[in-house]
Amino acid sequence: MTWKQVFTSTIGQKLVMGLTGLFLISFLVVHVGLNACIWADDGGKMFNQGAHFMGSMVVIRIMEIGLFIGFFIHIIQGYALTAYNNSRRGTAYRVNKGYGSKWYSRSMGLLGTLLLLFLIMHIWHFWVPSRITQDLPEASYNPEHHDLFSRMILVFQDPIVVVLYVLGCISLAYHLAHGFKAAFRTFGVHNSRYYSTIKAVGYAFSVIVPLAFAMMPVSMYLGWVK
Amino acid sequence: MEHYNMNLTVEVWRQKNKDDKGGFKSYKVKDISSEMSFLEMFDVLNEQLVHNGEEPIAFDHDCREGICGACSMYINGKPHGPWAATTTCQLHMRAFKDGDTIVVEPWRAKAFPVIKDLVTDRSAFDRIIAAGGYVSVNTGNAVDGNSLPIEKEKADSAFAAAACIGCGACVAICKNSSANLFIGAKVSHLALLPQGEPERRTRVINMIEQADKEGFGACTVTGACEAVCPKEISIANIARLNKEYMNASFSSDK
Repeated sequence: MTWKQVFTSTIGQKLVMGLTGLFLISFLVVHVGLNACIWADDGGKMFNQGAHFMGSMVVIRIMEIGLFIGFFIHIIQGYALTAYNNSRRGTAYRVNKGYGSKWYSRSMGLLGTLLLLFLIMHIWHFWVPSRITQDLPEASYNPEHHDLFSRMILVFQDPIVVVLYVLGCISLAYHLAHGFKAAFRTFGVHNSRYYSTIKAVGYAFSVIVPLAFAMMPVSMYLGWVK
Repeated sequence: MEHYNMNLTVEVWRQKNKDDKGGFKSYKVKDISSEMSFLEMFDVLNEQLVHNGEEPIAFDHDCREGICGACSMYINGKPHGPWAATTTCQLHMRAFKDGDTIVVEPWRAKAFPVIKDLVTDRSAFDRIIAAGGYVSVNTGNAVDGNSLPIEKEKADSAFAAAACIGCGACVAICKNSSANLFIGAKVSHLALLPQGEPERRTRVINMIEQADKEGFGACTVTGACEAVCPKEISIANIARLNKEYMNASFSSDK
């Protein structure tokens, strides 16, 4: 059995989704941790220093390429699988109440699409000015560092942007609520003792992380962070 | 339980043959006893159709005691109807009340094409079994049952997986028309037992390859299959299938 055969079978494609999905989850941990520095109450100094480290450290810049590849594979494979799976029914049922499954488990393609739209907006807001156009003011404590913190405050003065970010976080929460635990099923976790722990961790993760992300634009809009 | 009679409207999918487009037809049935089984209600309806010179409704059924896996009706949006852990033949009319409208559809999956009315061609399952869902043993006298020690827990899990009757309700409810609960049950049943060991790796690879050829979708673990399975096959069997598949495919020599 060649590697190509392994990863193009229906189970293999799900493995690709699960592996890239968990990789992206690990990215979320780093991202939420670093961004939580905005609450350090130091005018954004710690956050800007963190952002500078992430942007200038060569190892991290190489890992960033890996991150983009991870996103790319997850998105392409996700759309390919969803399209294939949606084509398997043929004639639709007249009565289709979605018995026995959660709406978000059945809507991973839709939630993923919402997240993709959010991602494009998010990259446009912060990644492009900090990495590509370098269109950011200097940090007050060090002219060589960008003041990404003040850009965040600026972006989150627009209530529409804040609402879009919160909606993005809600999509993320539901996407994770299914994706976290389902990935481990795909990896073959059948032991009910382990699986119930994974499920609990997955639900906690899918509430805590998106909630922390959602509080960032909200606290900046409401002026809790200056 | 109190006995009562009811009048019902039954909306049934009618399709002459596999090439016919098909459509729903509405029928009225009167004085249906609450103690009839769902299939007996269909027998009454068919008698009525024959009496009126119409073509009776074709539907699969065999043992009518919930163990063969032949009956397969998608009743009001759920395979085998409203009761949990029940096949269509064991569903009884006391699940409905006077004046109800019941919508009955065939299993819907490209891998299960409709042959006529409510009858679908489920031979894809047979071909998946033929691809690996067996153990090769020498003929001769049966060995003594106690000569191969098997842990109680494993024997119980294998037996629970072996309870699968191959009706296809899991495929019918799955939004992806995936057959993985069925395959998971068949693979688990043999992977848990020493008799399944010699063909353990080829079995899972060949069965998944055959399922992919038949056109079943990929499993996205929504849990709907487990919820409608008349034999309550656990979705943990799908995880075991995935594990078996990884073990077999990652360790393949070529």
